[in-house]
Amino acid sequence: MKVTFLDFEQSVSELENKIEQLRFVQDDSALDISDEISRLQKKSQTLTKDIYAKLTPWQISQVSRHPQRPYTLDYIEHLFTDFEELHGDRNYADDAAIVGGLARFNGQSVMVIGHQKGRDTKERQYRNFGMPRPEGYRKAMRLMNLAEKFGIPIMTFIDTPGAYPGVGAEERGQSEAIGKNLYVMAELRVPIICTIIGEGGSGGALAIAVGDTMLMLQYATYSVISPEGCASILWKSADKAPDAAETLGITATRLKALGLVDKIVSEPLGGAHRDYPAMMQTIRKALQESLKQVGAQTQEEMLQARFNRLMSYGKFKEVEV
Amino acid sequence: MSWFQKLLPPKIKRREDADIKKSVPDGLWHKCPSCEAVLYHADLEKNHSVCPKCNHHHRITARTRLNWLLDSEGRFEIGAEVLPIDTLKFKDQKKYSDRLTEAKNKTGEDDSVIVMQGSIHAVPVVVASFEFAFMGGSMGSVAGERFVRGVQVALEQKCPFICFAASGGARMQEGLLSLMQMAKTSAALTQLSMEKLPFISVLTDPTMGGVSASFAFLGDVVIAEPGALIGFAGARVIEQTVRETLPDGFQRAEFLLEHGAVDMIVDRREMRKQLATLITLLTKQAAVTEIEAA
Repeated sequence: MKVTFLDFEQSVSELENKIEQLRFVQDDSALDISDEISRLQKKSQTLTKDIYAKLTPWQISQVSRHPQRPYTLDYIEHLFTDFEELHGDRNYADDAAIVGGLARFNGQSVMVIGHQKGRDTKERQYRNFGMPRPEGYRKAMRLMNLAEKFGIPIMTFIDTPGAYPGVGAEERGQSEAIGKNLYVMAELRVPIICTIIGEGGSGGALAIAVGDTMLMLQYATYSVISPEGCASILWKSADKAPDAAETLGITATRLKALGLVDKIVSEPLGGAHRDYPAMMQTIRKALQESLKQVGAQTQEEMLQARFNRLMSYGKFKEVEV
Repeated sequence: MSWFQKLLPPKIKRREDADIKKSVPDGLWHKCPSCEAVLYHADLEKNHSVCPKCNHHHRITARTRLNWLLDSEGRFEIGAEVLPIDTLKFKDQKKYSDRLTEAKNKTGEDDSVIVMQGSIHAVPVVVASFEFAFMGGSMGSVAGERFVRGVQVALEQKCPFICFAASGGARMQEGLLSLMQMAKTSAALTQLSMEKLPFISVLTDPTMGGVSASFAFLGDVVIAEPGALIGFAGARVIEQTVRETLPDGFQRAEFLLEHGAVDMIVDRREMRKQLATLITLLTKQAAVTEIEAA
């Protein structure tokens, strides 16, 4: 797969093109230019390292939306076995923007639920760009209740621009569907491990992101509103999205500092999409550890810790009245 | 329009119009934005800011609502000690701290939610009320914390919890901390359920975004005020997405009732009685008249 480079990676892109050309030349050339190729490859790596060492929040948000970034089904394919996808909310429809089902993680039964985006135009449309309708959230809730019934831990993968803003979604109670999930997840009697793998788009993300452990990929974002949305409201211009991204504090490091994320899962050089196997290895380890940690608690302790944590959210001051 | 207003450049005039729409002004006369009837201000107020001609429910302040709703004796405010801070040092064209000061000067409140313990027709309750004029009633850390403290008092006093929502959604200026208030408020309600204490959610104009998509629809009974705008996404965002104009009455209380999203629409003037009746029914208490007589 040819890597798609983002605007700010232009210099890397040029280098990589050059390497590609040299490789092509080498094939039918008597001259050995492999030294030159490896020199350029090293240079490309250094350059990538430099660029990624000082990414702005806006650039990170572009990496989080990279078209080649691994999606939920990619993680399911690489991290789980025996995946049995379960469909539908039993009321209205099956929402393809959220996938879920039973699977094994290191042999252990788990319920996997995540947002799913599409790779090409057709699939993007089918997945509704990863923007769930109420049916998606209700399917997620149904699967979570099923997991609870059989005492199966839940792993969720979050990657959505947001819940779908459409007429039908409103008619069928988008708000209620999201709110209900927040309520149900707060008291579900099985471990819930949440991982932000790409875009954590507001309420549409939160609706499957209440749990015992919050993991977040290094170049994922999680925000109350998209930088573009925030900019068009507060600056009256979507062009100010980079400023909004900066001030909203949407990156893993900012959110870890605020105590809203437990662990940052580091990504391979240049982002998760540059090296799937490496990404899978790191995330597997993080999930394993989290599951072990949460599993070591009694059910009572786990629920109390989850509740205390939810109640601790927020920064304010207290005065004498 | 007075001769002076006619002299003003159009920009200034527009701003004045917008102000009039937002709240009932202190002037003697008021024009109903819905039916354009000119109403005597004192009459309107006596009628709970409901237009006597067309029944339009004007937006009211959080404190006015609590004043009308609760019996005059035995009220205590909850969570007034919780005040906002600017954790993110958020800055757009204005600083968040400046916006907070402005909102405080405008409304006399410290944040967008006021919580009070009291009674309705002698039935004890804890009530949270959103102040829409304070940064669009947006929910940040303070709103979430005051809500939760209200729930805690309801648990201690073993009484129902009621929330009057009026909000544009989560407060952007507190970033993800605001989003987490959705989870926090919703989770707090699980405790009320465990103790079998009712939560009644009243949706007033407007209830949108993160407030709508958290505790607002988790009520054991969900009530809407007539004509209130209630929904997840704003009309402009939906129009941009689906590229068609939305039908009249979309996301209004009556539309929600029709789609099965709310239990009932209750006129503001009937709210006290309705709430007391619902609570006594849910908690298997005697009828309100008997409680008041006792």
